Amino acid sequence: MSTDSPPASSSPAPIQLSRQKARYGERVIVGFLIFCAVVSVLTTVGIVVALVGPTIEFFREVPITDFFSADEWAPFFADASFGVFPIVVGTLNVTFWAILIGLPLGLGAAIFLSEYASPGTRKVLKPTLEVLEGIPTVAYGFFALTFVTPLIRDNWPGFLGDPPGIFSAGAAGIVLGVMIVPTVASISEDAMSAVPRSLREGAYALGSTKRTVALRVVVPAALSGIVASFVLGVSRAIGETIVVLIAAGNTPNLTFNPLESIQTMTAFIATTATGDIGVGTLEFKTVFAVGALLFVITLAMNALSIWLVRRFREEYE
Amino acid sequence: MADQLQTGADVKTAPPAIDAPDAAPNGGPTSSSAPVLSTENVHVFYDGIPAVKEVTMDIPRHRVTAFIGPSGCGKSTLLRSFNRMNDLIPSAEVTGKVLYHGQDLYGSGVDPVEVRKHIGMVFQKPNPFPKSIYDNVAFGPKVLGMKVDMDEVVENSLRHAALWDEVKDRLKQSAFGMSGGQQQRLCIARALATNPDVLLMDEPCSALDPIATGRIEDLMVRLREEYTIVIVTHNMQQATRVSDRTAFLTVELDEQDNRTGVVVEYDETEKVFSQPSDSRTEAYVTGRIG
Repeated sequence: MSTDSPPASSSPAPIQLSRQKARYGERVIVGFLIFCAVVSVLTTVGIVVALVGPTIEFFREVPITDFFSADEWAPFFADASFGVFPIVVGTLNVTFWAILIGLPLGLGAAIFLSEYASPGTRKVLKPTLEVLEGIPTVAYGFFALTFVTPLIRDNWPGFLGDPPGIFSAGAAGIVLGVMIVPTVASISEDAMSAVPRSLREGAYALGSTKRTVALRVVVPAALSGIVASFVLGVSRAIGETIVVLIAAGNTPNLTFNPLESIQTMTAFIATTATGDIGVGTLEFKTVFAVGALLFVITLAMNALSIWLVRRFREEYE
Repeated sequence: MADQLQTGADVKTAPPAIDAPDAAPNGGPTSSSAPVLSTENVHVFYDGIPAVKEVTMDIPRHRVTAFIGPSGCGKSTLLRSFNRMNDLIPSAEVTGKVLYHGQDLYGSGVDPVEVRKHIGMVFQKPNPFPKSIYDNVAFGPKVLGMKVDMDEVVENSLRHAALWDEVKDRLKQSAFGMSGGQQQRLCIARALATNPDVLLMDEPCSALDPIATGRIEDLMVRLREEYTIVIVTHNMQQATRVSDRTAFLTVELDEQDNRTGVVVEYDETEKVFSQPSDSRTEAYVTGRIG
């Protein structure tokens, strides 16, 4: 620094800005963070690559028209039939009941926690709900088979005809629905709690009731988070394997009837992809073809939900 | 009359039914016009500690009443007790009486939702809903189920808030595309749309630039013709420009160092600023403290 007094004529000593230091530690950390960000992308790419090869080989042996038009899924019978619809419908069947149960319950729980519950209630209820997310799915499977199914069968109203069998899409769907409630509730509640207090106060000041504030202000403002929770919940239901394997039977069956036994795509993959499956056999490739289709369905659903959110959300700041 | 605030049946014709001038329903002193709001020994507590105490005052009809005072003196707390917004804070408790046309807002059986239909509020920070300009204004009438021509209500409210000409071509656009001052006028329009009797304004200009502030102040002076306005402000010049009456609040410390707001002086604005009767008011309005 110059110690000269300010007269304009004397030029101050030039300030030396030191050269930029090579901060290697910084680079290492940035490199590691990039690695973290890229891992999941690379994994997805890896999955796609792994799925594509065997899937293409599968379609060399089985015409794609058979895959999408035949109405029977019996890939390993002597008289094989590769119509995938029965197991796609099996997945949709179970998922439908899971959605019907899980999304309203989850959203309802979230609205209660965010808008109605006292701070004390919320403090107890929310962590409890989040702990439920950690229950192993195999436990839900046995819960379905040994509790829900008997409960339904024992209390079946006669005028509805015969009760469902031991294995039914409905029982699996109900339990899947209950299983996704914590996911939906927890993420939706986070989104709703993040809606600024000032918006709620604005609505109350106009003579809104609690219900109006919740449904017309908070839910629309939190929509993107709510839809994200739905997508996560539904994805969990579609991808869930063990519960359906245990509770829904394992019989390919083209039906939306919740009372019947069905096979889902994931259940087919899980039962077929066992240790003794020969690499390169048709069975092996079939598993990949079904896996690829499942991947495409989930991807399409996620894309649809992103579009829906962009279209309908009410963005605050 | 007594159950006016409990019936939701007739929201549209609400104010005229109960604010006939000179009615003095409680047999109180008959001035030129009965007060719209009058408080009797109001205390507001947070967690049992008083934030404002011993407030007894009358808010005259079709006047602008300003609350001034240093930060933390309970101006906003007092204002929020006039439309029961403090109910939303679980730890808050109000004692005493807040009479609105003679009816106690805190009386048993009074529905806070009904109170807020009659007594609207504008907040410190503009808080439009993340909806279109039109839907923001229409929100109140819609949720109250008012049977009105919505287009007309929206236009009238925006005109009243001096915003119509600026937004009439983009009513369907998001309110978030507006400037801060426009957003605040939208919030005023939104409050007017439900046809309230009283408008409470909690530092409505503190987040705005001087030009936007000037517009809102002009608006207040005009709105006084049809509404009773109570405004909290940090800005003493603003109080002198817009208000007819001014209440000066300050903080008192008790033995446990709890800060409690009290009304020191409440009078015609001109008198409060030129000949304050309390030395604390004088110190504040002349800029020596605060």
